[in-house]
Amino acid sequence: MASNIMERNAAITGIGQSVIGRKVGRTGLSLTVEAAMNAIADAGLTPADIDGVSTWPGRRQEALSVSPVGAPDIKEALNLKLNWYSGGLEGPGQLIAVINAVMAVVTGQARHVLVYRTLMEATERPARGSDGRAQGAQAWLQPFHAYGAATFMACHASRYMKYYGMKREQLAQIPINSRRNASLNPKAVFREPFTLDDYMSARMVSTPFCLLDCDVPVDGSTAVIVSHVDTAKDRPKPPVFVEAMAGVLYGRDSWDQGDDMTTMAARDAGQRLWQRTDLKPKDVDVAELYDGFSMLSVFWLEALGFCKKGEAAAFIEGGKRIALEGELPLNTNGGQLSAGRMHAYGLFHEACVQLRGEGGARQVKDPQVAAVGGGGGMLAGAFLLRR
Amino acid sequence: MKAESSRPRVLPEVLPETEFYWKSGANGVLSFLRCQDCKFYVHPPKPICPNCYKFNLKPEAVSGKATIGGFTVNSQPWRAGVPLPYVVALVDIVEQKGLRLTTSIINCEIEDISVDMPVRVVFEEAEDVFLPLFEPDPAANTKGGTR
Repeated sequence: MASNIMERNAAITGIGQSVIGRKVGRTGLSLTVEAAMNAIADAGLTPADIDGVSTWPGRRQEALSVSPVGAPDIKEALNLKLNWYSGGLEGPGQLIAVINAVMAVVTGQARHVLVYRTLMEATERPARGSDGRAQGAQAWLQPFHAYGAATFMACHASRYMKYYGMKREQLAQIPINSRRNASLNPKAVFREPFTLDDYMSARMVSTPFCLLDCDVPVDGSTAVIVSHVDTAKDRPKPPVFVEAMAGVLYGRDSWDQGDDMTTMAARDAGQRLWQRTDLKPKDVDVAELYDGFSMLSVFWLEALGFCKKGEAAAFIEGGKRIALEGELPLNTNGGQLSAGRMHAYGLFHEACVQLRGEGGARQVKDPQVAAVGGGGGMLAGAFLLRR
Repeated sequence: MKAESSRPRVLPEVLPETEFYWKSGANGVLSFLRCQDCKFYVHPPKPICPNCYKFNLKPEAVSGKATIGGFTVNSQPWRAGVPLPYVVALVDIVEQKGLRLTTSIINCEIEDISVDMPVRVVFEEAEDVFLPLFEPDPAANTKGGTR
């Protein structure tokens, strides 16, 4: 194990969410304020205690569906006095804002950092397919009708399925499991369980993905408070400790270039993560693994070593191992597939819920360690959290 | 069902460093920037060879042969006015492992498309660019990759 694992000096002391839904008729800032105030109160703090803000990817006027609220917006709304703040698009996936917050508190730049992610994808128009020419990285993609992650992920999935013999009936266990968990989560967007037959007859989006393999765009906000561990004992809720974190990029920063189409940057993040702890994959009691598409959870299962490369299909077959009562409960709140696309923050939030024992009907029995994997393609950030 | 070229397409912005690539099809060939020292193909173009850190880069034609690394038959209307379904593929250029293009597969039956299938470049002229699309390569005896 590497020495000097400084992220252990950080803890999650508060969590909060806004209402999450398909169309909630609220502004992004309004949702962000709701999530933030819930998280701050949950940590037993007031806005005056918050001296750091971290978000991904900040505000982008040209992409308000995915980037509606920047760090300065929440600073102004809550009249925060900030010793440190950060928001921006570049980094190893969605969870970079949590990674940054942890680094800020362990280096003493801030004591209590408000981290949030807000999405308005049910309301705002996506910034896709302008009438002008495709620019930057898009110039290599859009002329060939590759407009987004569904297309790239589907191509990768096709190769994985051929080389490792995974069938759609096996992949189906990811969304079926998510929906079963969502049925026990009052906040989930889709709660009606479905069967393998329902899955196999669902409308195809982009082979091998049908509609049920794709997560659901929503409006909503998730916030967590990252604090120095020195402050954790004064908080009303049990802290969730950071055991290890990783956000690496060893391969190409590209959706198509690279060494191996049957794995992703998650592989490298996973390797790095386990170098920073004495814990092993078998020590993980609950896994919250990115599921913008069902296939991404498959990649993360292998990347984090819960099964060997190429063995995920057998691992998830029948759904028993990944069920709430199984050996590795997966995406216990319904994931993004059924609880809504909170861009890894819903999964991170759920890991904290489970470790605190606040999962209600979907609570896993006495979990001590949770793994969170965020991102797909070249984006990968991973956390090990413990009680 | 036939895999055909779905039009209209969003066209790429042509930059000084990518002009050779988008115009290369006028001569019927696919070209990549190549390091003249270590022979590494550099794609997308960069001002330095990321393999040997030399600056000796020049566009060079390749065979136009590739294999299908992965593909998808898309039936989702991501963009209005584009006929469905269409096939998007990531093709592995035979000259260098990991050198890959996102492209369209055309001129065949959709049902016949498979991972590792040999394909060859075919250009579609659109305004000032030549888009490299791919079709089955009847002359191929190329074996697929190992993953």
